[in-house]
Amino acid sequence: MTGLAHAADDTIKLGFDIPLTGDIPDVGESAKNSAEMLKEQINKDGIKVGDKTYKVEFIYEDNESKAESAVSAANKLITQDEVLGMVGPQSSKQAVPAGEVANNLKTPMVSPWSTNPNTTLDRPYVFRGCFLDTFQGPTAAKFATQEFGAKKAAVLYDIASDYPKGLAEDFKKAFEKMHGEGSVVAFETFTTKDVDFSAQLTNIVKSGAEVLFVPQYYNEVPLIVKQAKALGWDKPILGSDSWGGGDLMGLCGDDCKGYFFVTHYAAAGAKGKTKDFIDAYKAKYNKTPDDVAALTWDSTNLMLQAIKDTGGLTGKTGKDRKAIMKVLGTVKDFDGITGKMSFTPEGDPIKCAVVVKIDDAGNYSFYESVCP
Amino acid sequence: MDFAGIIQNILNALQWGSFYSLIALGYCLVYGVLLLINFAHGDIFMVGAYISLFVATLLLGQFGGIPGMPGWLVLTLAVPLVMILTSCVGVTLERIAYRPLRRKGAHRLYVVITALMCGLILENGNLALFGASRRSFPTLVETHVFDVSGVAVTNIKLAVILVAIIAFLFLRFVVVKTKIGMAMRAISYDKFAVPLMGIPIDTVIVFTFVLGSGFAGLAGLMFAMTYPVLDPYMGAMIGWKAFIAAVVGGIGSIRGAFAGGFLLGFVEIMVVAFFPSTLRDLIAFSILLFILWLKPTGLYGVARRTKI
Repeated sequence: MTGLAHAADDTIKLGFDIPLTGDIPDVGESAKNSAEMLKEQINKDGIKVGDKTYKVEFIYEDNESKAESAVSAANKLITQDEVLGMVGPQSSKQAVPAGEVANNLKTPMVSPWSTNPNTTLDRPYVFRGCFLDTFQGPTAAKFATQEFGAKKAAVLYDIASDYPKGLAEDFKKAFEKMHGEGSVVAFETFTTKDVDFSAQLTNIVKSGAEVLFVPQYYNEVPLIVKQAKALGWDKPILGSDSWGGGDLMGLCGDDCKGYFFVTHYAAAGAKGKTKDFIDAYKAKYNKTPDDVAALTWDSTNLMLQAIKDTGGLTGKTGKDRKAIMKVLGTVKDFDGITGKMSFTPEGDPIKCAVVVKIDDAGNYSFYESVCP
Repeated sequence: MDFAGIIQNILNALQWGSFYSLIALGYCLVYGVLLLINFAHGDIFMVGAYISLFVATLLLGQFGGIPGMPGWLVLTLAVPLVMILTSCVGVTLERIAYRPLRRKGAHRLYVVITALMCGLILENGNLALFGASRRSFPTLVETHVFDVSGVAVTNIKLAVILVAIIAFLFLRFVVVKTKIGMAMRAISYDKFAVPLMGIPIDTVIVFTFVLGSGFAGLAGLMFAMTYPVLDPYMGAMIGWKAFIAAVVGGIGSIRGAFAGGFLLGFVEIMVVAFFPSTLRDLIAFSILLFILWLKPTGLYGVARRTKI
């Protein structure tokens, strides 16, 4: 590296592989909003790494909520834009294949929202900012048992998408461990983009289940909930963290009120750092940040913290990427707005989950916290 | 599965099949008259759903002329309005895309490709105009669930099925009993001799598009009420499937489109009810393929050029 090239390299480039269009565009928007807000804050005085001050530059690539596009976006960010690290993709369907790319090209990646175990499995360069489905599934099963006294449960999930499929299986395993083989009396599937679930829901209503677990995204949940009610389902419906991302209440309205879901953080009633973040976000974008926004904030900060902790960048992309990866794997007690986290050697954080209730005003209010 | 479950699934299938039928009717009308497969029809259905959203929020909500209108009144006003506005979209497509090609005597293949393009333009135009976010359709009529000995029936479900049946009877009446219907059939028989008889061929074709798109708009409205989450690509898959349903019914035959739509709805719902959902399209389309294999003209099709 010559001195001249170095002078032009006073920015830290991070790539964002996020769904700005496609099935879950609100998730991409939240992530981008959160990142833009963080960038503004940091670039006020720059970020000090070693004895040099850098500005940050964020590059957003749209992955169209598709696995293939997430892979090409990751390729572009890493090889063409030469980012130091990558944040995203958000959902597991894109994060699992994109993680493969990041790991092969030896670039640190933090997925803020992907809870599927395969995202980080055997991939030293891939990390995440949230808990895992292997923790979320049992948490939901335990909650269904304690809260509703359910001995029989039903599950409806998208078999063509990694996240719901993995989570549905984790829930089933945990629930059947508690109540015996066959206690998940209906395990119904559909395929991405389906809008009619009447046949599956008919089976579920007739199965005698006491609770319905729906690990789906905000755009599918309203359809499922409304059709379930139209078929006479009047028992509780339990959701997963995917309910929190995007505009669930705008699409679902009154129909979703009173239901519970497991998630990463609850905006209503937050304190301290979390409240500061929520207030700043509200002031800037005029809406409450969802869990995607909060996790993107934490994941990006985590990446920047790791860059700081390397003690100085060499300017050689490959070498710096490796140094960041090494630091990320040893983070202990990182104090994020979604809670404290420490990393396991796999790249997964150990952190608590919260269960929120959708109250009568449509807010996600804190109901209880479940720690590993 | 018990008896109530089977009845429930038959009802589910009738509702789902109604949408295929309503859309298939539009394919069938245009094909019958012009021998044109209007691949933009699925997207006209999507536009119909968005127009419904626009009309419903404009009449219903804070932007409306008369705020606080009851939902049933909004719906009553929305039905004709949505049908008229959607048929305007269909006629516009005919005017700017299909008619110039027809005038120049382009081969049918080029018109079909043009139709495909028009569909993509509608989809992406919507994407550019309203963004990729899902839209929620407001509740016009409260859903009432009636429990008839273990079978859940809702007012919306009954309305959808009824609308499909009325649409079929109406279209059949228009095509078989009215003068303009006779003109439509005549054009399908011989496009070149008919103008010589003093029949205004363009008017009849425009009327066909008005009918087809109007009912796509109606389907869009009913669909938005049943599945109130709208997105720009909602018309693509259902449009394709409705087209297949129309072909299996015998494209060009109104009875065929109606029957084909319900047949596809039934097969899809029943496969999901008894098998894993991953097998749905595989089994459904294998059955349809088998039907075409036995009867290549479709259920009600005849191996003649006069169809409709």
